[in-house]
Amino acid sequence: MNIRTEHELHRRRKGRNIGVGLLLGGFVILVLALTFVKITGGDFELPRVEEQQ
Amino acid sequence: MVDIGVETTVHEHDAGLSDYFALMKPRVMQLVVFTAVVGLLAAPVNVHPIIAIASILFVAIGAGASGALNMWWDADIDAVMKRTAKRPIPSGTVTAEEAKILGFALAGMSIMMLALSANFLAAGLLAFTIFFYIIIYSAWLKRTTPQNIVIGGAAGAFPPVIGWVIATGSLSFEPWLMFALIFVWTPPHFWALALFMKADYHDAGVPMLTVTHGRTSTRKHIFVYTVVLALVAVGTAFTSIGGLLYLAASVPLNILFLKGAYEIWCRSEAQSEADDYKTEKKFFKLSLWYLFLHFGAILAGALMPIAWFGWS
Repeated sequence: MNIRTEHELHRRRKGRNIGVGLLLGGFVILVLALTFVKITGGDFELPRVEEQQ
Repeated sequence: MVDIGVETTVHEHDAGLSDYFALMKPRVMQLVVFTAVVGLLAAPVNVHPIIAIASILFVAIGAGASGALNMWWDADIDAVMKRTAKRPIPSGTVTAEEAKILGFALAGMSIMMLALSANFLAAGLLAFTIFFYIIIYSAWLKRTTPQNIVIGGAAGAFPPVIGWVIATGSLSFEPWLMFALIFVWTPPHFWALALFMKADYHDAGVPMLTVTHGRTSTRKHIFVYTVVLALVAVGTAFTSIGGLLYLAASVPLNILFLKGAYEIWCRSEAQSEADDYKTEKKFFKLSLWYLFLHFGAILAGALMPIAWFGWS
């Protein structure tokens, strides 16, 4: 038994929530990829010990 | 029996994702992305594809934020003008408050992320572009001076400069040529639109040149700016971002554009009324192709330079 009838509004909101979820997921993947490229590209290399001395 | 039904408040303004996307002016975003990509690829520095894609995406989000903030600020004008009456705020699908929050949030996010993905100079330029578009153009110039479109055009001219800075991390002469191309192109493009949108700007109280100086003066202004534009556009061919391919595209395009501007100048209001602004509409459409093909030629020249007696 349905505890409530589904309104057109619920479908619209569901679509919007899925959309926002996908966008956030995409953003997380993008930041992950950026971090990987930056770290492997040497942007954040620590100075060598002999250079410090 | 216990009623466990969930109470749902039905809001009149319950926007879908596409309504928020429309708030970001997707057509302007396309132009921003295209010119920024050209600026990035024309630069003499290779960028990692992931960094390039991410940075261009953040520039696009910054442009979208500007669009949302512009729609929030200009909601009153948009509601009056026929061309903009169907935008999300005047049509009632998104509230002005939502547009403001979305705009500020996306602006902050895009600037910070561009600083992380590219560099601080690119992020600073993006921040300045958003500031210029919202504060200098939308909030100040648009409602006070007929030069609104002339100075405000700078906001739309920054993306290729940002693209170049994403790649190089510094500024040089070449990106400012791309800036100049869009900057001088903007007035004739919008004045042509103002000619055939007739009463729109007048009804909204926006002091466009057509409203303050009359339509005959606007026609003359279009021609003068088109002459300056032709000099800038063809002159760019003889710089390092130009070349043979660019020159081959630029010369015929500028001849066509000058011809269109001259025809607009020579026409009377009665002639335009008679054929429903056919020449003005044609010139406006051509202006879109004009900019697209010039930047396309810069891009093509950067990707496959053709050498000719040492000139490429």
